[in-house]
Amino acid sequence: MSFSFQRFWAIVLKEFIQMRRDRLTFGMMVGIPMIQLILFGFAINSNPKHLPTAVYAADNSPFSRTLVWALRNSSYFDITREAHSAAEIQTLLAENKIQFAVTVPVDFSRQLLRGEKPDLLIEADATDPSAVGYASATISALATSVLNRDLTGPNTHLRAGTPPFNLVAHQHYNPESITQYNIVPGLMGVMLTMTMIIITGLAITRERERGTMENLLSTPAHPGEVIVGKIVPYIMVGYVQVALILLASKFLFNVPFIGSVSLLVALVFPFIVANLAVGITFSTIAQNQLQAVQMAFFFFLPSLLLSGYMFPFRGMPDWAQDIGECLPLTHFLRIVRGILLKGNGLAECAPDLWPIALFVAVMLTIAVKRYRQTLD
Amino acid sequence: MNSAFAIDVRGVTKKFGTRTVVNNIAMQVRPGEIYGFLGPNGSGKTTFLRMLCGLLTPDGGEGKCLGLDFRRESAEIKKHVGYMTQKFSFYEDLTIEENLDFIARLYDVPQRQAAIEKSLARLGMVERRRQLAGTLSGGWKQRLALAACLIHEPQLLLLDEPTAGVDPKARRDFWEEIHKLAAEGLTFLITTHYMDEASRCHRLGYIAYGNLLAHGTVDEVVKAGGLTTWEVSGENLATLADKLRRLSGVEQVVAFGTVLHVSGRDAGKLRAAIAPLMSDAHHWTQIESGLEDVFISLMETAKDNFA
Repeated sequence: MSFSFQRFWAIVLKEFIQMRRDRLTFGMMVGIPMIQLILFGFAINSNPKHLPTAVYAADNSPFSRTLVWALRNSSYFDITREAHSAAEIQTLLAENKIQFAVTVPVDFSRQLLRGEKPDLLIEADATDPSAVGYASATISALATSVLNRDLTGPNTHLRAGTPPFNLVAHQHYNPESITQYNIVPGLMGVMLTMTMIIITGLAITRERERGTMENLLSTPAHPGEVIVGKIVPYIMVGYVQVALILLASKFLFNVPFIGSVSLLVALVFPFIVANLAVGITFSTIAQNQLQAVQMAFFFFLPSLLLSGYMFPFRGMPDWAQDIGECLPLTHFLRIVRGILLKGNGLAECAPDLWPIALFVAVMLTIAVKRYRQTLD
Repeated sequence: MNSAFAIDVRGVTKKFGTRTVVNNIAMQVRPGEIYGFLGPNGSGKTTFLRMLCGLLTPDGGEGKCLGLDFRRESAEIKKHVGYMTQKFSFYEDLTIEENLDFIARLYDVPQRQAAIEKSLARLGMVERRRQLAGTLSGGWKQRLALAACLIHEPQLLLLDEPTAGVDPKARRDFWEEIHKLAAEGLTFLITTHYMDEASRCHRLGYIAYGNLLAHGTVDEVVKAGGLTTWEVSGENLATLADKLRRLSGVEQVVAFGTVLHVSGRDAGKLRAAIAPLMSDAHHWTQIESGLEDVFISLMETAKDNFA
């Protein structure tokens, strides 16, 4: 049979009509590229600057002030905190409050002037190696010349050649900058986000699309029974995924398990529930399974890009960080990396736990409000 | 149940936006009765059934279903009602037995396994119990749906076009089953488009555009229609039909195979109108109006009122 333009055109027109009718799909076709464009174009930055830095200046001398000033001037460091002890620095790093810490030891200036080359300690949270790479390189470059201006008069000789102090850099939590240590535990969060939302998104939409919902609603089954009954099997599926990724992390990628695995397993729970709540909410909105998948993708994309999974969280502009803070994955990544790489306990995880809990509460409220026991 | 009626509701109304889909309907169905619910597509039959079993919230109306307040006690009513949807709404990726088991669990059926076995045996599906529901033919799907609706031994069955797309033999078997169950005391409210099925019901209701236009036994409905009908056979019926339709007094001309049914509500006027056309070419006989004549007439009138 020959190719008929007439028939071909009939199909084209029909497709356009259907496309126009399905507003959500049409919106997604425009919306998803826009989001990608904005996120990749403006939000993502693999050379993060303005990293929050704490300074613990045990020696309050002009030299340490110059150092701080130089760090700030490099635009890689924002001095957000003044620490008062070495222990405080460790806590700030563990709680993810700072990326860098600079410790100027006691007697720094005296030893410096004596030509004894005192140590200047720079500590970095290197769980995400890409977040600290450029900044660390800057420090090394800075060190050679930073104090030249202050070394005047009789101290001018200290300027020459090697820096007048020893730069001691500690890459905490991931000293060898192994990317897998950061990515593999994070993958747990990404996997759970993707599968949990899609599966639950489909679970209720499928009932509606196949007409089985009408039957289900005519039985004495209560909405709570239906929603919880649909969620629980997938919580189990989620835990199977968690187990698989943990095993792979341990035996395939040798990711260190510094913290408590049982704590992690416990804290995965609210995160799984958060994602299931998103899925259920989507399924109460989506008209069909395709729309549910599209909505899941719509949520997944920013989660992937803005959570700090693929790109350093602190490299993003403030607005992107604000969006990121609203996503459960962002907080879960901090929890999982904190437990496995930093050895964090419940106390250090708490700041990231309540945002997930809040998210669950908001989502479930929407889901229950939107889920109808009737067909009205 | 102390009420004399299985269904006893008044003033039932449902609006979708500004459109009134069910308008002030009253219905009384006695226990053990098979009540046929007829009307054109989109007339509000399904909406009415859904309101009875709590799937839709009525905008108005009161009354009792199985002795329970149908607006406030729908959770309780659901336990004693079986609702069979128009479209097959069991799980196609579950086997026959798994579907029955699922429904039995939802209704908290005592001695579940025994109930399932009984249901399978009555269905004649014991050997096919492990067959996926999705692979069943239309007739078998419908039998499975009926069996699933019956597994919790309801007192009232709401069947929404249960025999649509089912072959005549399966339909006959289905109706025999319904009559057997009704004889045991089960009440049925069945929607249908088939006249032969309508005449198998104890009583009927005819709904169009949300209004209940007629109700009663078949004879009562036909009588209330007040229609006089003539049957014509012969040559060139199509031309004759055209001519007849233009005459005042002739309200409806419907072709039934090789004959025409010519009806009107005013017998004298109808007779006067057709008299000139009673030539030898055609054979005219006055007949009893059928249900279908009455329903088509009702539908036409309703359309006039609502246009």
